[in-house]
Amino acid sequence: MKNLIALLLLLLVSFGVAASEDIELQKANIDLSNNASLQRGAKHFVTYCLGCHSIKHIRYLRIALDTDMDQKKMLQDIAPEGANIYDQLHTAMNAHDAEKWFGTQPPDLSLIARSRGADWLYSYLKSYYIDSKSPRGVNNLIFKDTAMPNPLWQLQGEQYAESRKNIWDDEYTKLVIKEPGTLSEGEFDIFVNDLVNFLVYVGEPVQLERQRLGKYVLFFIFMFLVLAYLLKKEYWKDIH
Amino acid sequence: MKRNRVTEFNDWFLERFPLTKLWNEHMAHYYAPKNFNFWYFFGSLALLVLVNQILTGIFLTMNYKPDAKLAFDSVEYIMRDVNWGWLIRYMHSTGSSAFFIVVYLHMFRGLLYGSFKHPRELIWIFGMLLFVALMAEAFMGYLLPWGQMSYWGAQVIISLFSAIPVIGDDLSLWIRGDYVVSDATLNRFFAFHVIAVPLALVMLVFLHIVALHEVGSNNPDGIEIKDSKDPWGHPVDGIPFHPYYTVKDLVGVGVFLLFFATVIFYMPEMGGYFLEHANFIPADSMKTPEHIAPVWYFTPFYAILRAIPDKFAGVIGMGGAIVVLFLLPWLDRSPVKSIRYRGGIYKKALLLFVISFLALGYLGTQPATPTATIFARVFTAIYFGFFLLMPLYTRWEKTKPVPRRLTPVHSLEEQLPALIEEITVLKPVKPASTEIGHSAFKGSSFTRQPNPEGIRNVIIRLAKKAIGSLD
Repeated sequence: MKNLIALLLLLLVSFGVAASEDIELQKANIDLSNNASLQRGAKHFVTYCLGCHSIKHIRYLRIALDTDMDQKKMLQDIAPEGANIYDQLHTAMNAHDAEKWFGTQPPDLSLIARSRGADWLYSYLKSYYIDSKSPRGVNNLIFKDTAMPNPLWQLQGEQYAESRKNIWDDEYTKLVIKEPGTLSEGEFDIFVNDLVNFLVYVGEPVQLERQRLGKYVLFFIFMFLVLAYLLKKEYWKDIH
Repeated sequence: MKRNRVTEFNDWFLERFPLTKLWNEHMAHYYAPKNFNFWYFFGSLALLVLVNQILTGIFLTMNYKPDAKLAFDSVEYIMRDVNWGWLIRYMHSTGSSAFFIVVYLHMFRGLLYGSFKHPRELIWIFGMLLFVALMAEAFMGYLLPWGQMSYWGAQVIISLFSAIPVIGDDLSLWIRGDYVVSDATLNRFFAFHVIAVPLALVMLVFLHIVALHEVGSNNPDGIEIKDSKDPWGHPVDGIPFHPYYTVKDLVGVGVFLLFFATVIFYMPEMGGYFLEHANFIPADSMKTPEHIAPVWYFTPFYAILRAIPDKFAGVIGMGGAIVVLFLLPWLDRSPVKSIRYRGGIYKKALLLFVISFLALGYLGTQPATPTATIFARVFTAIYFGFFLLMPLYTRWEKTKPVPRRLTPVHSLEEQLPALIEEITVLKPVKPASTEIGHSAFKGSSFTRQPNPEGIRNVIIRLAKKAIGSLD
């Protein structure tokens, strides 16, 4: 009986280890208190993403307030011309055309960081490569046959997939930049990281406030617990 | 003058309503065994979570829109634009998981100390009905955010009804109100989630407590405290619920809230278990997600469903896993209630059951690979074996003699000084060079340092005790 229990426990542990991902994701460096990064991310989003993707669950005003940015500056530097500070970030592309051009309507990205995760987005945006077999001429290592063309190719340059072997003779794909873009590799990493940082913020704008409040709430509950414990001790001292 | 008015009103009220009588019967003169341990916090905590769910739920309905076109966005509206909406929503979503954690532990307490046995069978039945109502409540509530997992989870579970021969297809159509999960389904689930099932839950809680107070609470020793009474007719080993257990439960509430608030403020998604990642994508009837997994609290039953090859048999198996719990008071033939006086077989069987329940829960969250399915079958067999073989092994096993009175409890506070004494060693503090070198000041202060040998002894003793407790 004891052996059986030990065996079952062992088996449980073993399939926890067996479950792993195929492609390792690169780690994004998320810091929501970095207002400059969030503002750059917002700017990048409006320049490179808003053409097709909405983030309809947030307004320019909220971004300006949360990142300590002047509202006029927000309209001047980040928002597209003619936008109102109270506007939500809607794309100008209409759904019917989008469907015709891409085969699917580009999704709203308000919650993309919550469904995909920051590391996935970061890796995805960096993993486009030239693929002559694909209808759009590019493919993606993280999301195979994605319908989205690479919006950042001018910045990153042209990447090619090369098959390599590691020391255990397992084949893996490495992406190599052959035609450099307008940004260096390091600059491009920062660019994508800012964009992902912004999307993580948009996923749940209240995150920082939530964590700040949490400390006070936990402190209050802890004080309540101390009082409750002392009260219990006082009442129970004559129970044996 | 004012004081008189108040007393007058009090008298007027009490002449017409038995408030004092109710208070005394259920609180001040309700005698509970004095040796309740850790496992006895979860009943009152379940009540606390129920109140939390009802209150936060009321606020959520003020801004939620039960409409397939608006539902998803209205939840995000609550999260972003409604003042404190995010807090209310996280309290509700975390509360639903907390409810199941608390209820599973509450039920496990019943298994440990035989709280379902004579004369408390009816309490157990009401409790099981509560569990079923809670599952219905959670299942229907999970559709409301109208995310991909809400939608496809509901699609999968409702389609299970179509496995029933003859009436199956019509039945699932009747439940959905459409050929697929749609606006009609969302609307009726909303109605059930916010009014029908909560009413049933509250009434069942009332019945559960009335039945409990009629026969009195069980305890870790599994003996009836009403068997030994003092000359005034009070159980010698009992203490009034109020104030003793009201103040004790407040401590439990404090500890629970620490965990609860930590999740709400620092990890509301709980790594995708409390709020699934795929549920942040709006429901799309044209795109089936690759991997559909129910929320964690349903996964043990979902794993049983998938483990059985035939769909209808799987549905029977999943239902049976819950029905068999109802039969527990009659499956258990042991003459003793508490695990303290049961034989080794029940202890091992219970351990195996817990392992298989947790393993099934894990497997239910994972894709059904052939290996995983084999494991799920083994654990399903153990799950049912625990219940269906119970009439045999509980009758055979040798039980220990049950004491007539409650055994004394040693609380952690009482044991702590001795434990600290054992795992640490006293060492004199070396006086600093600036201090006076007079002998009267030397070696007058000591410091406690960890004692490796003592720690090892304690660990070995605990391990031996843990292994020994299985016999």
